[in-house]
Formats: sequence, C-alpha cells, structure tokens
Amino acid sequence: MKRIYLDNSATTQLKPEVLDVMIEALKNHNFNAASAHSYGQEGKLDLAKARETIANFVGAEPREIYFTSGGTESDNWAVHIAKKTKKGKHMITTTVEHHAMLHTMEEAQKEGYDVTFLPVDEYGLVTAKQVEEALREDTILISILYGNNEIGTVMPIEEIGAVAKAHNILFHTDAVQAVGNVPLDLSNSTIDMMSFSAHKIYGPKGIGSLFIRKTVRPYAFIHGGAQERGYRGGTDNLPSIMGFAKACELAGENLAGHISRLTTLRDKLIHGILERVPHCKLNGHPTKRLPGNVNISFEFIEGESILLMLDMTGIAASSGSACTSGSLDPSHVLMGIGLSHEIAHGSLRMTLGDFTREEDIDYVLEKLPPIIQRLREMSPLYEEEMRKQNGNV
Amino acid sequence: MAMYNDKVMDHFMNPRNVGEIENPDGVGEVGNIRCGDIMKIYLRINEDEVIEDIKFRTFGCGSAVASSSIATELIKGKTVKEALKITNKDVLRELGGLPVIKVHCSVLAEQALKAAVLDYATKTGKHYEELDGFNPEEEHEH
Repeated sequence: MKRIYLDNSATTQLKPEVLDVMIEALKNHNFNAASAHSYGQEGKLDLAKARETIANFVGAEPREIYFTSGGTESDNWAVHIAKKTKKGKHMITTTVEHHAMLHTMEEAQKEGYDVTFLPVDEYGLVTAKQVEEALREDTILISILYGNNEIGTVMPIEEIGAVAKAHNILFHTDAVQAVGNVPLDLSNSTIDMMSFSAHKIYGPKGIGSLFIRKTVRPYAFIHGGAQERGYRGGTDNLPSIMGFAKACELAGENLAGHISRLTTLRDKLIHGILERVPHCKLNGHPTKRLPGNVNISFEFIEGESILLMLDMTGIAASSGSACTSGSLDPSHVLMGIGLSHEIAHGSLRMTLGDFTREEDIDYVLEKLPPIIQRLREMSPLYEEEMRKQNGNV
Repeated sequence: MAMYNDKVMDHFMNPRNVGEIENPDGVGEVGNIRCGDIMKIYLRINEDEVIEDIKFRTFGCGSAVASSSIATELIKGKTVKEALKITNKDVLRELGGLPVIKVHCSVLAEQALKAAVLDYATKTGKHYEELDGFNPEEEHEH
C-alpha cells in the first residue's frame, strides 16, 4: 500500500544527510564537550561549529543560541526569564497558542500573574493594535505564536514586535512551525526571544533552541552545570545538536525554493478539495499561511472518522476534533477562530513537507472526496441537510 | 492503525445496517453536536413486537460508528423487550473493547434505541417500563 505522510507539523522525518551526520557523531563524536581532555576539546569544537551553523541560519550570533530539549522547554524558559528578570505581573499572549505556551501562561496565572489572552479574528490573526491596547504599566512579556501549528496562520510578528520595542517590553515568539518555513533574519528583527525545534525541520527530536538576544538578560530555568553559558545545565547532546545543525544548514540552502514548492502543492491541495467537495471550508488565512499547512472543515462529519478512513488508504493526517484531542471539546484554535462545534469537529489537517510529491497530492485528491461522501451518507446531519435541500423538511 | 482492534475497524469500515427505513415504526435520535456524536435509529417492528429491521446513521468518530453498527446487529430480530435489555456493556463486549476514552461512545446506541422505541410506544399507545424516566432530550453524560 502507498504510504503518504501528511503530518509534517506533528513531526518531520529525518533527512538522510542529517541521519548520516548523527550516526557519524554517535560513532566518533560522542564526547562530553565539558571535559578537559582532547576528546572533550573535540566535542567543544563540534558544539561551537553546530551553534554557529544554527545561528547563521536564523541570523543570530552564536552566543544568542541556547540549546534546549525542544520547543516546549524553550517556551517555558522564555516565560521564566520574564518572571525572573522583569518587575511586573502582566503578560500578553493569544488564545491560539500552542499548549506549550498556553499551559505555561495558565500556570503563571495560578502564581498570581495576570495574563491577557488576545482573541483572534476568523483567520487566526491578532493585530499590533490589539497588543498595544492590552499593554499595562506592569506588562513584562508579550509572547505570540509565529506560525500556527493547527491552521497555519502566520502572525504579523514584526509589527507586534515593533509595539513591544516601542514600550521596552520583552517580546518572545514560538517559531517552532515557522523556522524553516518563513524567511527569517534575527539580525534585523524585533524578536527578543524565539523558540524553535529541530524535529520540525527534518532534524532529530529532543533538541531545540531558545534564541535569547544578547541585550536580554537570561535566567536559568534548568539548573546544573556550566553548559550554555551557565544558563542551561545538562551534558550537551552533541549527536542531536550536530543533527540539528545539519538540518538548519539544509533548510538554509534553498529556503525560497522550499517555500515556493510547498506553497504550490499546498494551494493545489486546498483548491482541489474545495472544488471537488461541497460543504467545506478552509480554516486559517488563505495567503498569510505556512507553506505546508492545509486545514479544512467538512460539514456533517467528524474528523477522526476521516482520519481513520484516510489511514486505510495510506494517508496520514490529523484533526482538531474532540475525539482526536482526547477531550470533550474540539481544539482551542478552531474554537478560537469562531467555528461552531460541528464545523470544528469536522476538521482535517494535512501538513506537507519536503518529502511530499505532487503525485501524493493527486492521490489525496482522488481518495479523499469519496471518503467524505461515504461518511456523509452515514451521517444523520447530512440526511437532515438533504431533506432541507429537497424542500422536504 | 493500532488505535482500534480489528473488529472495531471492520465495523467502522463496513458498517452494517446503515441507512433509513421508509415509514418506520419508530425513529429516535440522541447525542449532541457539542460532544461530537449523534446517532439516529429507524425501526421496523411487526405485530409480535419483533424488531424485523433496523437502520442507523451516526455522526461521530470511529468508535461511535462501530458501536452503532454492532448494536444494530445485536438488536435486529429481537423483541422490543429483549432489545431494551441490551446495554453498552454488551456493545463493548461484542466489539472486544474500546480505548478507555472512547467507552462513552458505546452508550450512544443504547440511548438511541430507547429513543426509537419511545417513539414507537407513543405512536402505538404501548408502555414499556424499561423506558420509565428516560428522556431522549436529556444531554447524556459524556
């Protein structure tokens, strides 16, 4: 059976070049970069090279790149830095953040912080004006998701950052989905701190980074040894860091080509579905959108059913329905953009990546419409709709 | 996918008794859109109160569809009174189990059948004590 992986926002598959680097590292570069002996010194050199590659890729200085276990730790750390180094009790974020930020902010609320969760418009956007209006004397942090992991909407990060800068407030962005998918240059940016992760860009899991601009005072979140300039203890995960660096190097080689190729495939898939299937709508912004993200709601049916049937044809996707989230409600992002429960339950997310080929899109366009029709014929909601259409209410 | 066992997947991919019955003797619909599952049952009941035919439509996840399908197999051919004794435990047993967070889906069919029988009882002036206190409009717990 064909296997078509369209869940690249959940995680990507390692690129062979990354795997090669990691295997070589595990065999021959698996030292403790903190050791004084010559092996350790080799490790230190590897670490410095990797940090430099990653820094170059995002337009940062090497000393502004701090390694973490991934996006979640980076988000937690960014909030921690604001709490520990700034005086004030107020933070601003949005209702459509990744759980790594949402739950971290909710935890801050329990500790007595006031958090403003800015509502988004129907596309999932907040404006710089909204952020400005939410500012208070005691605001210590603004954190806005760069590219939405569910609906793909890309926020006006630099506009929001300009507001933060004008008011001298720390500005963090969770760019886990955006890095490697949008043009980004931190040397010419208003971003103070940025979370990103290797496994979304064809690198390994369990390694990521928090960019902390040199003008921002760091504060340790994970206490321990002198690694990461003393701000993040724990033996350097060299093989993963070297894989992360290779993934960044590859992503940097042809970012524009990657974006334009995926955007073309994405739009082919979106328009192909909207043309072939009645009663469905695109979630998220049509153009201010991550290049690989397709999120469509199908009326009258439930997302997990679509996933299961797609899975039987070899297509891997995801959904924001309650059944797939393991809770009673559909995803907070879909509710955040104002979808009704019914429409939110019927959402399907397909996220494309560098391994996605045009024939995969053709295959989805062939397999998906009959699945939707089949599920609709099983649905009492569709039956009602058909009665209405036939004037037989 | 290892999420469901083979029997659940079979009933999801090839659900039995999907559709509707023209001029049914009883129709019932339960569930709500908020929770994400709704089931509608149509019944054909003969003079001896045997459920001769049953059809369903379900809006819901894989386990909701599979539970609906297997429940209709359990119900078909039984008398109304026998059918009303079927509970979600029977549905779960027949399916060979569901993931813990999906167990609530198995309640749907039991409720939908009661709603359809209530409709039949109302139309025919019959009374089933099994339905005393049952309110299909009530949002079921899940």
